[in-house]
Amino acid sequence: MKAKTLYDKIWESHLVKEMPNGFSLLYVDRHLIHEVTSAQAFSGLSEKQHSVRQPLLAIGTMDHVVPTAKDLIDVMSAEQRNLLALMHSNCETHGIPLFDLGHTRQGIVHVIGPELGFILPGTIVVCGDSHASTHGAFGALAFGIGASEIEHVLVTQTLVQKKQKTFRITVEGRPNDAISAKDIILKTIQTLGVSSGNGYVVEFCGSVIENLSMEQRMTLCNMSVELGAKAGLIAPDQKTIDYIKGRQLAPKGDAWLEALADWTALRSDNDAIFDKEASINVDDTHSFVTWGTSPEHAIDVTSLLPFPEQEQDENRAQGMSRAYSYMQLTPGMRLDEVKIDVAFVGSCTNSRIEDLRAAATQINKRRVSPKVKAIIVPGSMEVKKQAEAEGLHTLFEQAGFEWRLPGCSLCVAINNDTLSAGTRCISTSNRNFENRQGKGVLTHLASPRTVVESAIKGHIANPAL
Amino acid sequence: MSCGITTVTSKAAPLDQVNVDTDQIIPKQFLTSVSKQGFGRHLFHDWRYLDSAGTQPNLEFVLNQPQHQGAEILLSRENFGCGSSREHAPWALADYGFKVVIATSFADIFYGNCINNQLLPVSLSKSEMDTLFDAVQSAADTAITVDLVNQTVSCNGDNYSFTISPLHKETLIKGLDAIGQTLEQEAFIQAYEKKIPQWRCAPHYE
Repeated sequence: MKAKTLYDKIWESHLVKEMPNGFSLLYVDRHLIHEVTSAQAFSGLSEKQHSVRQPLLAIGTMDHVVPTAKDLIDVMSAEQRNLLALMHSNCETHGIPLFDLGHTRQGIVHVIGPELGFILPGTIVVCGDSHASTHGAFGALAFGIGASEIEHVLVTQTLVQKKQKTFRITVEGRPNDAISAKDIILKTIQTLGVSSGNGYVVEFCGSVIENLSMEQRMTLCNMSVELGAKAGLIAPDQKTIDYIKGRQLAPKGDAWLEALADWTALRSDNDAIFDKEASINVDDTHSFVTWGTSPEHAIDVTSLLPFPEQEQDENRAQGMSRAYSYMQLTPGMRLDEVKIDVAFVGSCTNSRIEDLRAAATQINKRRVSPKVKAIIVPGSMEVKKQAEAEGLHTLFEQAGFEWRLPGCSLCVAINNDTLSAGTRCISTSNRNFENRQGKGVLTHLASPRTVVESAIKGHIANPAL
Repeated sequence: MSCGITTVTSKAAPLDQVNVDTDQIIPKQFLTSVSKQGFGRHLFHDWRYLDSAGTQPNLEFVLNQPQHQGAEILLSRENFGCGSSREHAPWALADYGFKVVIATSFADIFYGNCINNQLLPVSLSKSEMDTLFDAVQSAADTAITVDLVNQTVSCNGDNYSFTISPLHKETLIKGLDAIGQTLEQEAFIQAYEKKIPQWRCAPHYE
């Protein structure tokens, strides 16, 4: 029998029907919905008088446009309020469970999905949000979809998909204590490039991946979409099982035992062949921070900014030159001398409890630089509650960080959190595209520890020092 | 979608940049609209206008240059449409008047979103893209013909072939309704649902 990859196995177990021309009709197990990309899908469904086939295979929340500062709730725009009202009525009309603003489990869609036990190994998970790739951390095939496909899933609980090629990335080495999954994925994207995953599903393997906690694996898979891959996968193991067991929406009783039995086979066979392979070594790696306008514009925080003319790839060199002009930086500068105005810890990449613990540890009785505005946005009400039970919010507030309510905040800046032109922000989010955090805003992506260290020093700084 | 695409002949707008992401194609501030229409005027807003209200055109940006007005084909480079899965990106391109985007490569989610919106994504090799950019940059009114039926791009007497999966091709040519097609598979979906293991079924809310 032909050896199979984890991707092959999930694909085959979801095959409703082989379609002509190499496409397959696949069953979708879990659908995550938020307020910004679902409105047009629900209106399309209503226009055609379709109904939602399996409302309990979906969950909804509100995260993208919600304000995260307590005093801003009244200043939402009419359009933002309308999105929340529509989300509420669409979920109510169709019987989709909604973790509404004010609910004790509300939060960023990719934080609450796993937290509730809604995400399981060997399932297909979709969301109208490209960072659905987060859930690959559980060995789920998880990817972002557009509004047409959201409507397709709501009506049919299936998607017509063409099989992607497979790409195995093996991460080895002994990372130092200051290195997190964020540094590892930034190094991976820098090494392989933002289009290296186009047409592929990535599987992350190797001892470094095995040693990561579930939350760190989520950070890693979250940014696999920044490699150009629709989905990133990590084979489930005991850590995965321990994470899920007993969560509110996780299978219980016989269903749990049945799940455990099925999950043991969820790994790529030893002799499985991948269409492409790469390896990343994290020995002697420092923290990684981006300097430019693409996630591949990342470097070791201790190094000098690269020279476009030394870049072999013409496309990458072109992108670098444009990025220097936007970011107001010059090749050859030290990255760790660049002054910052804002520091942001949050987003579906880095707003879970372990991220906040790492951020709190880095403070070490120091204070945020008076020149820096620093905010910490927990990923969910549950994360917020846990952090407060551990007293982390006190550490943050005493150090001069603002402690906010859950939401996407400055990652997407489609809410009241947005910055003005020329502001330089070090951010634990996932995209440093031009204008992402506000028109003319200069974004540097980094790990929670690097962001905290930089907030304290007032410039981009190495958290290991 | 009802009308299909077969052949497009038009001049092209050359957007000579790599990794054009969906945040640039349709910036986030326009995502609060709940319609599928009207995004064309905000296409590439932050590059196209100097002010946030969109009243002062950036004359250096390709779509504001008089010689490229009326182009139905957009040329770009590697990894076009990377980033967010927002379908507002193909809505904006199509609403502006583009029917085809020709680039070295496309991000996967964006590519699928184009197919679902009657916008044809065509991938050509880097050297073929270089030739097209050269042609359009030296004579802006150069006509490019994209023939979906025969899967060719023609420009100045040269022909380049491109690949597209037969299903995507049929969807674009016939303007197929994807949901309607899948609903014809109802018996298969029902049969599949009967054999789903318990643990994958809908979770219980207490």
